[in-house]
Amino acid sequence: MLEIKGLHVSVQGSVILNGLDLTVPEGEVHAIMGPNGSGKSTLSYTMAGREGYVATDGQILYRGVNLLKMSPEDRAREGMFMAFQYPVEIPGVSVLYFLKAALNAHRKHRGEKEVDAIEFLKLARSNADTLGMDHEMLNRQVNMGFSGGEKKRCEILQMAILQPQLLVLDETDSGLDIDALKVVAKGVNNLRSENRTILLITHYQRLLSHVVPDKVHVLSGGRIVASGGKDLALTLERKGYAEFSTEAA
Amino acid sequence: MATDTDTLAATQRLVDSEYGYGFVTEVEEDRAPKGLNEGVVRYISAKKEEPQWLLDWRLRAFRAWEERYLPAGDPTWAKLRYPPINYQDAFYYAAPKSQADRPRSLDEVDPELLKTYDKLGIPLHEREVLAGVAVDAVFDSVSVATTYKAALAEKGIIFCAMSEAVREHSDLVKKYLGTVVPYSDNSFATLNSAVFSDGTFVYVPPGVRCPMELSTYFRINAENTGQFERTLVIADKGSYVSYLEGCTAPMRDENQLHAAVVELVALDDAEIKYSTVQNWYPGNKHGEGGIYNFVTKRGACRGRNSKISWTQVETGSAITWKYPSCILQGDNSVGEFYSVAVTNNYQQADTGTKMIHIGANTRSTIISKSISAGHAQNTYRGLVRIQPRAHSARNFTQCDGLLLGDRCGAHTVPYIEVKNSGARVEHEASTSRISDDQLFYCMQRGLGAEDGVNLIVNGFCKVVFQSLPMEFAVEAQKLLEVSLEGSIG
Repeated sequence: MLEIKGLHVSVQGSVILNGLDLTVPEGEVHAIMGPNGSGKSTLSYTMAGREGYVATDGQILYRGVNLLKMSPEDRAREGMFMAFQYPVEIPGVSVLYFLKAALNAHRKHRGEKEVDAIEFLKLARSNADTLGMDHEMLNRQVNMGFSGGEKKRCEILQMAILQPQLLVLDETDSGLDIDALKVVAKGVNNLRSENRTILLITHYQRLLSHVVPDKVHVLSGGRIVASGGKDLALTLERKGYAEFSTEAA
Repeated sequence: MATDTDTLAATQRLVDSEYGYGFVTEVEEDRAPKGLNEGVVRYISAKKEEPQWLLDWRLRAFRAWEERYLPAGDPTWAKLRYPPINYQDAFYYAAPKSQADRPRSLDEVDPELLKTYDKLGIPLHEREVLAGVAVDAVFDSVSVATTYKAALAEKGIIFCAMSEAVREHSDLVKKYLGTVVPYSDNSFATLNSAVFSDGTFVYVPPGVRCPMELSTYFRINAENTGQFERTLVIADKGSYVSYLEGCTAPMRDENQLHAAVVELVALDDAEIKYSTVQNWYPGNKHGEGGIYNFVTKRGACRGRNSKISWTQVETGSAITWKYPSCILQGDNSVGEFYSVAVTNNYQQADTGTKMIHIGANTRSTIISKSISAGHAQNTYRGLVRIQPRAHSARNFTQCDGLLLGDRCGAHTVPYIEVKNSGARVEHEASTSRISDDQLFYCMQRGLGAEDGVNLIVNGFCKVVFQSLPMEFAVEAQKLLEVSLEGSIG
């Protein structure tokens, strides 16, 4: 279970999250929707432990442990994965090499044997196949010269290989054509299980018709201002965020 | 079976010969007095029983150094700061150290050095050799060297110590020595010409493709030649040779000043690939101690369609002053320079290349990657010169600097001189930092900060590593990680 309690976060001195409370039980998929500047990305960066995102108050408890007390890499190794809104380019490093290094860091942390190159290649290819991706992507440099859609697919591939327990997808659906959107949805749906907790942070309802959430929350002014079932997303799509924004203000 | 017998015999000879020379009793007599004068030059030449022509050559170099370079002082154009070198306060010749003079076991060696060997995964018996521990005979490398020698001799390839070459192949040495780097080229090369201790000589006969990478690592009798080393590699018509210099393990050396000279000659259709990994002691975290490395390396593509390719990974030395260059004389000849220079703490590197296009349709490629951390300064300095006859010459240069932290510097100083209007010269340069975005991305995937930096740095250097021989590339990657340890924090 993920429990965020009274979370206050400042970025460069300005308060972005302002007493955010959120509970996501194990096995559920929750969507967080909100207008631009409501603090969606701040929430995901804070959960992942990015420098400069200062939690001034509150807790992020995952399975009873406060993530805020852990280094970013330890959060990742303990099973937290963030799909980036803007995946980062790493010149000269192949997707295959990058992912193998990441997977082995996880395995080492769990006290498991590291995978060798051949074993890993098999694993990576079979995951690419499942998601309907070209093997060629594995040999390309991480996110270099990738189209927007390719970058997001690559995030999903990484997610599939690392098999995280707590998933945060930060606007992974933005700017995608329908094919790429389906790959993202498939990747998330494949990982849906009793012991996983999934948070979809999004601006639009679009992804939610492919990955149906158990609950939808509205983030505005740095806190959750409304929660409901999957229909709430449709309401938002029709009416916009205006009424929630005023409420928060 | 024959090899085994040979190996045993060779090992026995080596063991016998060491005792035969009686190093233990003759130590004191085998050292020239401190300081540099004509007498010292004559002493060195006499000790090595050199022919008259070589003594004369050394003396010409010494006079040039004394008259021209000593009064003028060291060159000041490089972006390097160090106190003036007192040339009279150094020894210029010492015979190999006796067994009695050395550490008796690894227990007597600097623990920091041992830690580094451990990180690099250097086998135990090799550590002893590298640290200069007294060992009777290194059986493994002796047998490897013997096997090598037999295979090379079969093809007519000469691969031996410079002093041996002067004795056994005097004509070849006389024909080529100093023809690429003249004895009076620059102050350090001139100094080297006067007092060079030993070095390596390679000759590959016409049409022969050298069947293995030649490495100084496997050359016995290579001890104590580091300070003023002289290397000469000749690839005759249509031949090919790949030469590896140095070693990823940090080498212990008591001499602070190093001034080596390397000359390469490639005749028609010949190719020389010269790879270096330099990891001399860089000094401590406060910038104290460390080797001053002033090297002159130059290759002449003398023949048509010849090719010389330099690849260097520079991580050591307090000061690096080094510009491996190509003189592209033959039509259609090709010069390449691939470099990774890493500086950390208070290290300073001023390194690059010169590509001199003389022949028609000559091509050159320069890829330089510099990484600076701590308080280090890292400068790329390169000259591309297109002479009037170099019709359709082409050059591509790419210089990228990567900064770790905010107290280090990366500088790019390109010189481009074009005297032929049909030439094409391209220069790209960039300086960047490891971005917080990149590092956070790596960490979010589970990599620690240092592993993340290593991954990004290795990616940055990949094009250069790719041009290294396979095994060397793996070692170089590891070496980079060790060199940058503690630079993020």
